[in-house]
Amino acid sequence: MIRIDSVTKRYPDGTVAVDRLSLEIPDRSITVLVGPSGCGKTTTLRMINRMVEPTEGTILLDGQDIQRRPVTALRRSMGYVIQNAGLFQHRTIVDNIATVPRMLGWGKQKSRARAAELMERVGLDSALAKRYPYQLSGGQQQRVGVARALAADPPVLLMDEPFSAVDPVVRKGLQDELLRLQDELGKTIVFVTHDIDEAIKLGTTVAVLREGGRLAQYAPPAELLSAPADGFVEDFLGADRGIRRLSFFSSAALELTVDPVITADADAGRIAASGTPHLLVTDADGRPLGWAERREAAAGPVDTERLLPHGRPFVPGTDSLRAALDCAVLSPTGWAVAVDGTGRVTGVVSQATIAEAIRTAHTQSRAEAARQAGETGEPRDADAADRADKAEVAP
Amino acid sequence: MNVLTFVDAFFSDSAHWHGYDGIPQRLLEHVQYTLLALALAAAIGLPAGLLTGHTGRGGNAIAFIATAARALPSFGLLVLIVVTLGFGLLPVMIPLVVLAVPPILVTTYEAVRSVDPAPVDAARGMGMHESRILFQVELPVALPLILSGLRSAAIQIVSTATIAAYVSLGGLGRYIVDGLYQRDYEKVVGGATLVALLALATIAVFWAAGRLAVSPGVRRHRT
Ligand SMILES: Nc1ncnc2c1ncn2[C@@H]1O[C@H](COP(=O)(O)OP(=O)(O)OP(=O)(O)O)[C@@H](O)[C@H]1O
Ligand SMILES: [Mg+2]
Repeated sequence: MIRIDSVTKRYPDGTVAVDRLSLEIPDRSITVLVGPSGCGKTTTLRMINRMVEPTEGTILLDGQDIQRRPVTALRRSMGYVIQNAGLFQHRTIVDNIATVPRMLGWGKQKSRARAAELMERVGLDSALAKRYPYQLSGGQQQRVGVARALAADPPVLLMDEPFSAVDPVVRKGLQDELLRLQDELGKTIVFVTHDIDEAIKLGTTVAVLREGGRLAQYAPPAELLSAPADGFVEDFLGADRGIRRLSFFSSAALELTVDPVITADADAGRIAASGTPHLLVTDADGRPLGWAERREAAAGPVDTERLLPHGRPFVPGTDSLRAALDCAVLSPTGWAVAVDGTGRVTGVVSQATIAEAIRTAHTQSRAEAARQAGETGEPRDADAADRADKAEVAP
Repeated sequence: MNVLTFVDAFFSDSAHWHGYDGIPQRLLEHVQYTLLALALAAAIGLPAGLLTGHTGRGGNAIAFIATAARALPSFGLLVLIVVTLGFGLLPVMIPLVVLAVPPILVTTYEAVRSVDPAPVDAARGMGMHESRILFQVELPVALPLILSGLRSAAIQIVSTATIAAYVSLGGLGRYIVDGLYQRDYEKVVGGATLVALLALATIAVFWAAGRLAVSPGVRRHRT
């Protein structure tokens, strides 16, 4: 565990970059530092590996003051990943990754073997091993940066806006990769970003910093969204935090109906039996083809050429309520299509049903928050959650 | 008679290829002066440039040296030193080294300063020692520029080492000084041609050194 204990950093020119910051960074989880530009995220991160020395306060690593460890030993126990990767342009990719093992005195063969293993870990083709950094794309360079930081298997990983210089598609890939890696490796990761969506996606816990290096809120992403501590955090989260919060609710409990689902060769009786204005037509395998008007469908065989698009379906249980709602909102009929893992329709669900599920989920999470607050004796959080939920659910 | 006939006459005279005043001997002397002066200048300029470049301290002193060097007359310096120190190798080496240190020092400083700070930051963050950062992260990337500083120093030494002849030492300057004194223009032109050829050879040597010593990752990165 890393404990930042009322740490202040005042630069020689008088700038207070971090102001009496206290944080407990738990082991084997991703702690994200997020906040507007200049709020002291980088400074905080760099105080953990002593690239910056605090003016006041202490930082403890597993109970020991980091000041008492030799600085190189401390840094070697922490991987460090920066924006644009900072690769050594004169070294090949494997030699870049093998840097720390070589520095620690491992043999050349062993270091290279380890580097090759890490390339595979972070999803780099082994054909890239002998290339130089200039021959790689930005996303690939960033993967090399992560591999290099992991090479000597340090327990801690410090990452400063590692994915902010690549395009959104590549960034999403890198984020997913990091989550997968973390599942395998279980590092203690401190991750700096100014992107709140990235913070919410990656963070086990998120520390929101405000201008002047003060802590605004320190909470898991779901709690941040449901109960922002103040107006600053609320503004920083953005206008659609109610919608984004739905990402944390499962769609498993949604009540699906198969009434309006027909196969392309359904008979008129089956069509007349359903009570909705639209019918979802599937092929013989049960895969969705599109929506048909009930009146037209009842008049004769379904013309599969003239169907309304069914939009992107969701997978109950795997996808969140947010995904389900998104499908319903985008659907031309207002109904979301649910499919199983193989893409076969398991039912459809209306916006009204999803709204009902959202209300239920909110009630449950409020009860959960109240129960936890009761255990820890902090009623304030439950109140805040309550207020936030009421604000959201009110029509 | 034009210059080419002088050149032709000089090089085809078999007397110019033998003995203590023969081309091989004078060329060897010239190369020796050059290498000695370059080694001394590099021994001063490289460490000073690497250190100031790495720490970022001493930039003002470097800028002063660069300006002062441009104003310095090497021949005047030679006369001054001979007057005070007398004849010998030392009075020749001093102006040559003084001439060669600034380009080496200034380009080395600039080369290390201009290395991308991100990899240096990454190296420091992974617990690399400062000396290792300088030699394994900064130097390989700064190398092409450092070599170009050494190259211009070497070329300046090659052309200026002719002054050794004024203090009765050897080298290719002998042909020029003696030729002028004897009004033997064939000799003067021949000597000057040899100096020019040696300068070209120097450029070729540094080009080859660059091919060998600079990582392909750095070479391609720059283009
Ligand atoms: N070496 C320094 N000397 C003086 N002031 C500094 C120094 N480094 C950072 N600062 C100041 O400290 C404050 C915090 O800087 P820091 O780099 O930690 O911010 P940040 O949150 O990482 O910002 P960004 O998102 O833009 O990277 C800023 O006001 C910055 O100008
Ligand atoms: Mg920063």
